[in-house]
Amino acid sequence: MDKDKLLFLQNKAIEIRKITIEMIGRLGSGHVGGSLSIIDLLTDIYYNAGKVDPKNPSDPDRDRVVISKGHAGPGLYAVLASKGYFPMDEIKTLNKGGTHLPSHCDMNKTVGVDMTAGSLGQGLSCAIGMALAGKIDKKDYRVYCVIGDGESQEGQIWEALMYAGNMKLNNLTIFIDYNRMQIDGYTDEINSLDPLDDKFRAFNLNTLRVNGHDIAAIDDAINAAKACKDKCTAVIMDTIKGYGVPWAEERKVGSHSFAITEQQWREFCGKEAD
Amino acid sequence: MQDVKEMRQVYCDCLLDMAKENKNIVVIEADLMNCIKTERFKAQYPERFFNVGIAEANMVGVAAGLSTCGKVPFISSFGPFATRRCYDQIFISVAYSKQNVKIVGTDPGISAEVNGGTHMPFEDMGIMRLIPECVCVEPTDAAMLKSLMPQIAAYKGLVYIRLFRKKTEKVFEDGENFDLFKARSIKEGKDVTIIASGIMVSRAIEAAEILKGEGIDAGVLNTYTWKPMDKEAVTAAAKRSGAIVVAENHNICGGLTSAITEVVCANCPVPVLSVGVNDKFGEVGKMPYLSNVYNMNVSDIAERCKQVISLKK
Repeated sequence: MDKDKLLFLQNKAIEIRKITIEMIGRLGSGHVGGSLSIIDLLTDIYYNAGKVDPKNPSDPDRDRVVISKGHAGPGLYAVLASKGYFPMDEIKTLNKGGTHLPSHCDMNKTVGVDMTAGSLGQGLSCAIGMALAGKIDKKDYRVYCVIGDGESQEGQIWEALMYAGNMKLNNLTIFIDYNRMQIDGYTDEINSLDPLDDKFRAFNLNTLRVNGHDIAAIDDAINAAKACKDKCTAVIMDTIKGYGVPWAEERKVGSHSFAITEQQWREFCGKEAD
Repeated sequence: MQDVKEMRQVYCDCLLDMAKENKNIVVIEADLMNCIKTERFKAQYPERFFNVGIAEANMVGVAAGLSTCGKVPFISSFGPFATRRCYDQIFISVAYSKQNVKIVGTDPGISAEVNGGTHMPFEDMGIMRLIPECVCVEPTDAAMLKSLMPQIAAYKGLVYIRLFRKKTEKVFEDGENFDLFKARSIKEGKDVTIIASGIMVSRAIEAAEILKGEGIDAGVLNTYTWKPMDKEAVTAAAKRSGAIVVAENHNICGGLTSAITEVVCANCPVPVLSVGVNDKFGEVGKMPYLSNVYNMNVSDIAERCKQVISLKK
């Protein structure tokens, strides 16, 4: 990736983190940590690697993005708002009655959201269905699915991984947000996923591993997945929960969902009073 | 009299017929293709057939994903595994997401026979009925299945089809038409109406014949679609006969009895009694044995009719 493009994407990611924090900050609390950890990936998909068009959000030929860890909704909404899928003002309505932006991703409420998620473990199967539909219709769109590490303790994830691997779904790329934290603590202490690389390889997946906050590395992985014709690709993204917001990162496990003060978000976003 | 064709044959015939015109119909199985006999679909439309293996939750999610791209997936398993086993996936990935998936649960109630309690669904319609906007239908015989399948495929949304898998009792003439959202009155009666579904319909007809010999005028109403319930037909039956017996191959708690009493209580309160499974688990056995165990015989229906008539004011 050339330097200018990388710089552009890095700046976008910072901007999108600010939108995420403002959105949750205005509400007062929410799923900060897991939204922030996937923003570099979403920035690359929506601003560089993906075939997406905010003016035609239901284009049958578009790439699909399934956020199976549905509680990262605010992170996705920030990217969508920034791309112009809906007016930026709507971020002020997160989780308020009648909003188009509910806590967990909802394809029937938010323009640009491709699949509803929130009950963990289900989105990857849906992403497989989208990839199979692409094969039936001989379309060349790609499906990107983001699963959580804690979410991967759900059995359905492994049913889906086994099927994706065996079906050699080369139009599906799976990203696991490996921040090693879940609500009750560290994944390693609760029910460890390691060795994750070996598990994915054993499921016949083209397994890649990247720093989930290095946009150039993420983009390389996406291109490697596009180039891989005989396998479905799974990208393990080593991430930091709450990345890019020091007072979120510091909270570690406590960054999953927490209260943000008005002073905190206004300072971070550089926004004076309305 | 038994139908000539097995219900599963008719099901696959219909899928093949519809798939010719409707390129969006896809079939997904979870290792029971050999039981529902969709091999013929696989042979004819291999690119539109998927077998995910023994993974019902994944089957439901894959169906939901296909639906988001305009496909119309028909998925199946034995009743308990098509519903109870993957309930949250059906609830969230399909129903809450407003996806267009058709779920077939086979071997309803005591027809699971020797597979026994683990495979014998007495609760499938009850739990599916709790999912908002889910259409729940139990086709009575081959003629009805054939008439309903195109309507099920054309309906946009989740439909649960409770399917007797083999040869069932023939109740209706070939070529008869049925409306997915209406009940079918088989016989009107002024003393009592037996409201029945599935295997209990032919038994209800027999019970009405016996009662006729005893001077009791019993009607039979087949509410094959449990949700949405044909309220007009049920209310009319309650008004006409002033007493109802519900006959179902399902737990009466949450089943057809619940669906009927919801309508009767609100529109025309009359006494309602039931023939069905009274909060019990399944067990192994052939249908005649199991009919005795759960008191689901023709004589049980006739007896209940007399009891409910005695409750009339």
